Amino acid sequence: MQKKRKLVVIGNGMAGVRTVEEILARGGAEQFEITIFGDEPYGNYNRILLSEVLSGSQDASEIFLNPLAWYRENRIQLHAGVRARAIHRHSRQVTGEHEIVASYDNLIIATGSSPYIPPIQGVRLEGGREKPGVFVFRTLDDCHRIAAYAKGKRRAAVIGGGLLGLEAARGLQNFGIDVHVVHISGHLMGQQLDATAGAILRTTLEQLGVTVHLNRSTKEVLGDDRVTGLRFADDEVLDCDLVVISAGIRPNVDLALRAGVTVERGIVVDNHMRSPDDPRIYAVGECAQHRGHVYGLVAPLWEQGKVLADHITKRNEKATYSGSKVATKLKVMGIQLASMGITEPADDRDEIVQFIEPKRGTYKKLIIRDGRLLGGILLGDVSKAAYLMQAFDKNTPLPDERLSLLFDLGAPSTKATLEEMPPEMQVCNCNGVSKEGIVACVRSGKRSSRAIMDATRAGMGCGACKQLVSEIVAWACGGAAEQDPAASYYVPGVPLSKPELVQAVRERGLRSVSAVFRELAGGVEDPGSKPGLASLLRTVWHHEYEDERDARFINDRVHANIQKDGTFSVIPQIPGGVTSAAQLRKIADVVDRYRVPLVKLTGGQRIDLLGVKKEDLPGVWRDLDMPSGFAYGKSYRTCKSCVGTDFCRFGLGDSIDLAVKIEDRFRGMDTPAKMKLATAGCPRNCSEAMVKDVGAVAVEGGKWEIYVGGAAGAHVRKGDVLCVVDAHADVLRLMGRFIQYYRENARYLERTYGFVERLGIQKIRAVVVDDSEGIAARLDAEMQKTVEAYRDPWREAYSPATPNQFRSVLPIVQ
Amino acid sequence: MEITLGPLSTIPPGEGRAFDVGSERIAVFLARDGRVFATQAACPHRGGPLVDGLLGGCTLVCPLHAQKFNLQTGEALNGGPGLKTYPVRLSATNQIVVQIERDGG
Ligand code: SRM
Ligand SMILES: Cc1cc2nc3c(=O)[nH]c(=O)nc-3n(C[C@H](O)[C@H](O)[C@H](O)COP(=O)(O)OP(=O)(O)OC[C@H]3O[C@@H](n4cnc5c(N)ncnc54)[C@H](O)[C@@H]3O)c2cc1C
Ligand code: SF4
Ligand code: FES
Repeated sequence: MQKKRKLVVIGNGMAGVRTVEEILARGGAEQFEITIFGDEPYGNYNRILLSEVLSGSQDASEIFLNPLAWYRENRIQLHAGVRARAIHRHSRQVTGEHEIVASYDNLIIATGSSPYIPPIQGVRLEGGREKPGVFVFRTLDDCHRIAAYAKGKRRAAVIGGGLLGLEAARGLQNFGIDVHVVHISGHLMGQQLDATAGAILRTTLEQLGVTVHLNRSTKEVLGDDRVTGLRFADDEVLDCDLVVISAGIRPNVDLALRAGVTVERGIVVDNHMRSPDDPRIYAVGECAQHRGHVYGLVAPLWEQGKVLADHITKRNEKATYSGSKVATKLKVMGIQLASMGITEPADDRDEIVQFIEPKRGTYKKLIIRDGRLLGGILLGDVSKAAYLMQAFDKNTPLPDERLSLLFDLGAPSTKATLEEMPPEMQVCNCNGVSKEGIVACVRSGKRSSRAIMDATRAGMGCGACKQLVSEIVAWACGGAAEQDPAASYYVPGVPLSKPELVQAVRERGLRSVSAVFRELAGGVEDPGSKPGLASLLRTVWHHEYEDERDARFINDRVHANIQKDGTFSVIPQIPGGVTSAAQLRKIADVVDRYRVPLVKLTGGQRIDLLGVKKEDLPGVWRDLDMPSGFAYGKSYRTCKSCVGTDFCRFGLGDSIDLAVKIEDRFRGMDTPAKMKLATAGCPRNCSEAMVKDVGAVAVEGGKWEIYVGGAAGAHVRKGDVLCVVDAHADVLRLMGRFIQYYRENARYLERTYGFVERLGIQKIRAVVVDDSEGIAARLDAEMQKTVEAYRDPWREAYSPATPNQFRSVLPIVQ
Repeated sequence: MEITLGPLSTIPPGEGRAFDVGSERIAVFLARDGRVFATQAACPHRGGPLVDGLLGGCTLVCPLHAQKFNLQTGEALNGGPGLKTYPVRLSATNQIVVQIERDGG
């Protein structure tokens, strides 16, 4: 057997590792011993998602593309956290920090780029050290540093209003700080947008609370020992506590330069991505320059990686890269944007097709020459992006009716356009998956979107293309895509839908979570599925349910909500938000006695004691002597109320009394996801009852409107009116019936807003109000049983359910 | 060096509890099938209390951000750093016995 060639890759980023994946996919493991140097101390991650990490909407661990185990499995030697220092072309070695030396037969340089720091005074401290409060935004570590510094700060400035600057601004906004973007030219995102689109984007951003300063060149970063502000060229000053500089990027070319290969703006490569000076050396990604172009988005890097892999593995030595036409779909601060080619006409012959609706932040512009697309911008509405990007990429002739380019006018069905879509068209820009890649995966036997996303990673980056991926899967399956089986399972670890599961549980008399795993999942316990099963079994069996405490999430084992440092929060029941001096005094005493670090009024009209140690929970409950407010469970939580008829001059119905009755009836009840309720004394809706899971609003004539499926959390939705009834008793009965129907039919963790939308209010009204299925009496009876089974979990303060229930750390007993 | 931590009955089935052994905090888990595991107690992600996690077979889900670990091998199942594991056995009288590296040894 031939001896393996040694392949060294410098740069463990998006291009380098993707290229290695492409090499492995071409049988590269047989040909090469692979070593990767990466100066970041991690596996490879998706840089595109950094702003999600900064904003906290994704955890750092969720953006890894290749965990360390992947390197091990593929026998790749990864020097993580080791910077390559020099390339020795004569001895064919790369030397790195910690005296690490690697010999190569082939070398791939994939060092990416670094943020460009313009010559601004005061960026560093005197003596050259970094000034606290000045950041760039390129790596995971940058993210962590910014996040640590931003806490509690008041104002942040981002220098640079390009894609990356706006991404940084978006991330920063979530720290609740005032964010300012300072941009040197007259409109935002000059690379992708024209002036009109830039102006529309600016308005949209300002509506989102970001202040934009245009035509401002920053002269100085103020502050002696840390950032206090910025001074502009016109000497105006903007006070701020931190600055993120995002003024462009520079390819990392030092190593190549010192190794003596040709470097211009980037490392010059030929059509095989190889240095013209040394056939052993390749470059790929943002550090490479091909035909004068250096690319700064991921899509071109995927194409480069494929060509490089074809060539280096000799799978196809004729493979050539001929440059990329840059067309991208981006999400800027949650605003959809697609951009391709040029942004302004370049010639008198160029025809412009344009649509502007500034109020809704929508802008569409196409530049057409000789019936073909030369460039385009779609802002706010990108429904036509797939079609246009494909026409741009392939240079296909456009239909004469230009209107249909911008809007779907009952024009070609998606099917026709999917069929027309060329096979090599890239669908997922984050992970570089083409239509043919998806189709091949379907042919290989995978028939659900989920399975195909897992296998190809399409849709697993920013998620913008998920819809399109599903459409292609459906199309490739001839319209018969399988519902992803797991998507219909009630919990991932048991392959049954909710009705099937309930039936199996009833028929076989399965009363515990471990019995379900044993009988219905081949004995394999999936920890993540346990709480969902516990909730369902309790709904089915009431007090006959065999309660295995380990099946509960920690919150439900100790009846309090776990917090970031492992302490817990305690929220006692305060129905309708009505409390008394005696209660407040008891709460105050507990706060003193247990040194509770924070007492806070919640958005649910109650009082939260935060930072309680697990060991102290039973004592806190005993001394409070109030029932649990269930602020930790997938259960009924609380019912807020306004003052209603008792004091308010507009009150039409007694909302407080109703709220107290509601809480009394439904408290503590398990539900598929949490449920928050409210009552309002009139349609002024002061207690926000119209946007609660279930709400009751008093209306003229002594009546109550019942709302269901409202939301004002991560998702905002006005509830639908289920019905209008006369008396408190009717409200309780119909709410109860709705809740029971929801308990029996919703998926685990499906809030009422999802449930009501999925079934439709008509269907729910028919069943719950008009009893179209003849189950109303049964639903009422089940609800009554559940109400009777209520037990205040805080009673466990007196009789713990398991050994050491309220202790995490035990003493050693010998 | 072997250290006896206490009777197995201190840990409810399917759960874990921690013990301070010298300067180390060690988490001990009792799976429902009877297997016992010992690992570091703090989640390598952000220090979450692993003993408060959900356990199934030898897979543990951290209660704070749902990182998953194989308690047998210590491997992190969704990327990131893994757990330090300790050899652990039960004595004839069902006492939990862990083996730790001797200080300075
Ligand atoms: C304490 C409180 C904030 C406050 O100080 O006011 C709070 C605190 C938390 N909320 Fe909330 N929410 C609180 C009122 C709300 C409200 C307002 C309300 O209840 O009227 C909402 C919007 C309504 C809603 O429920 O949708 C709200 C929408 C959320 C959401 C988004 C849910 C969604 O699907 O849209 C989450 C995340 C989740 O559930 O997955 C969340 C999750 C959380 C968690 C439990 C996060 C967690 O899992 O640890 C927070 C616990 C903090 C802690 O350490 O204890 N909280 N949260 C409020 C407690 C109310 C109470 O008395 O029970
Ligand atoms: C916040 C942000 C948002 C973005 N959003 C988008 C988007 O929406 N769409 C899009 O298409 N693109 C986006 N990009 C751009 C995209 O991330 C880059 O185009 C892509 O990461 C480039 O890949 P690369 O491998 O060339 O460089 P990188 O991913 O930067 O990888 C290079 C790696 O090499 C390492 N390295 C450098 N020198 C050495 C050395 N001497 N020794 C060892 N290691 C070294 C670096 O530390 C780095 O880890 C975004 C970028 C950022 C920062
Ligand atoms: S309390 Fe609610 S809004 Fe505040 S940080 Fe926690 S989850 Fe987010
Ligand atoms: S601390 Fe364990 S997953 Fe975050």
